[in-house]
Amino acid sequence: MTAIPATHAQVQAPRRSRRMREMSGLAGWTALGWVVGIGFFIPVLWMVLTAFKPESAAETWPPQFTFSPTLSEFRLVFSGMGPYIEHSAIATIGSTILVLILALPAAYALAVHPVKRWRDSLFFFISTKMLPIVAAIGPLYVIALKTHLLDSIWLLIILYAAMNLPLAIWMIRSFMLEVPTEMLEAARLDGAGRLREIVEVIMPIVIPGVVSSALICVIFAWNELFLALNLTVTNAATMPMFLISSVPQEGLYIAHLSAAATVASVPVIIVGWIAQRSLVRGLSMGAIK
Amino acid sequence: MAVLQDVSAPPAAGLRPRGVGRRERWQRRLPLLPALIYTIVVTQIPFLVTLWYSFQNYFWNQPGGATWAGVSNYEQVFKDPNFRSALVRSVTMTVIAVIVAMFLGVLFAMLLDRKFPGRGVVRTLIITPFLIMPAAAALVWAGPMLDPNFGLLNWLLEPFGVHHVAWLTTHAYGSVIVVMIWEWTPFMTLIVLAGLQGQAADILEAAKVDGAGAWATFRELTLPHLRPYIELGILLGSIYLVNVFDQVRLMTNGGPGTSTTTLPFYLYQQLDYAFNVGGTAAAGVVTVVLTIIVASFALRLFARVFQFEEAK
Repeated sequence: MTAIPATHAQVQAPRRSRRMREMSGLAGWTALGWVVGIGFFIPVLWMVLTAFKPESAAETWPPQFTFSPTLSEFRLVFSGMGPYIEHSAIATIGSTILVLILALPAAYALAVHPVKRWRDSLFFFISTKMLPIVAAIGPLYVIALKTHLLDSIWLLIILYAAMNLPLAIWMIRSFMLEVPTEMLEAARLDGAGRLREIVEVIMPIVIPGVVSSALICVIFAWNELFLALNLTVTNAATMPMFLISSVPQEGLYIAHLSAAATVASVPVIIVGWIAQRSLVRGLSMGAIK
Repeated sequence: MAVLQDVSAPPAAGLRPRGVGRRERWQRRLPLLPALIYTIVVTQIPFLVTLWYSFQNYFWNQPGGATWAGVSNYEQVFKDPNFRSALVRSVTMTVIAVIVAMFLGVLFAMLLDRKFPGRGVVRTLIITPFLIMPAAAALVWAGPMLDPNFGLLNWLLEPFGVHHVAWLTTHAYGSVIVVMIWEWTPFMTLIVLAGLQGQAADILEAAKVDGAGAWATFRELTLPHLRPYIELGILLGSIYLVNVFDQVRLMTNGGPGTSTTTLPFYLYQQLDYAFNVGGTAAAGVVTVVLTIIVASFALRLFARVFQFEEAK
């Protein structure tokens, strides 16, 4: 600050212009932010918009932005997707439950009372994520065939659980590490056994983290296509396969496809929007708090 | 606050795994075993079977089952120019997509790090492409967005002199990469944003007081701070993107010709169209060996990025 006394007006002028600059800066950032956000969102917006068009309005040049919306394509989608959405729901929820059953104790054994080689174990889990599952798809098919699991929902549950398990273990472990050591010691001094320690000290703290881990597993299982495409036909075909079947060999199909794509994507988009805050942590496998 | 886990002090002596009794050791090990055994059985056995079939002559559509083939499947794989080009294409597509997505991710994150009205909504809009079902995204891009006759992109680009370009035939490679980038930029944005928000505000303030320009501050302070976050994003993005299949299968089906045939799609084709279990297995084994080489570097990077927090 200057020591020379300044008149009132002299101080006011630069302050007002700085404020003006800040205001226009804010307006600039706001405009830029919205342009980028909406620009990125356009394909999703277009998908939803097209889903409400009658088929004849979906494939025109120039594209139509005003049309009389119809639910007819949605109705068609809803009437056809029954078994697919059921399979998807069972595979997604089933595999996520299996993941939690396996990941919770494992994370505990890697965080709270760690096994000697916890570091190696963690690396083993994550290394399975790097093996390209596509490389084993042929033998997987043969194994599934011989174990009578081909085209069964159980197969998808088993494979999706294996696919999401490393992620869940890493993530839940990172939440368990946040349980303060003092609390564990206090419980032990009180004479609490392992079980009481888990139920009374650890679970209340990690439950929100477990929920967000489960949501991440749900997202990946729901969206999976490769395994479903190769290992299921009808008895276990999932929503991504319903989508593919909504593209016919001939005729107009764009509105129908858009409606199917919208219905297939909406559950996970909503889950993701709700879980936004924990998304980062889940996607970074717990590296980022 | 968003922070990468720090290396913490060694755990309290009483909690250490060392010096614990046999019974105690098994008590510790027991909860880990189900997950460990499950993962070994489900993820490792298929690869052992793959190894076995890679030495077998086995086609779906021919009766008689598998017969010993020696290394002939491997000879085929190394002789097949399509395998090599698919391998190279997988690598180049992944590298381009990851780098561009990360570049955009840093820009978007810088944008979202500022306070402006509706920031939460804009963030929500930006992460949506990552949440949308990849199969849905691929089909929507292939149809309503990129169609030469009625696609929205051609309409948006018409003022710039673009007329009814058939993107998926003339620019198939670029189109698939654009969709990969579109889907993975949100992921990079979120990770970098977490990094930016973990940056100490007083250091930035001090730099401003010292008269450092915006670019200098970014280069000298922000970028080094973001480095582990960027490494993490690149690492995780690569793990997922190298396996990209949905977009290729649903947008271009590997074509035109083989111009967008990535390794996963190549393997799928070998199996689904050529019924060649043995050959696919051999190609799979080669893929796995190459992956292990790359992954061993990746794992080292992982250890550095995560800077393991000690267990309790």
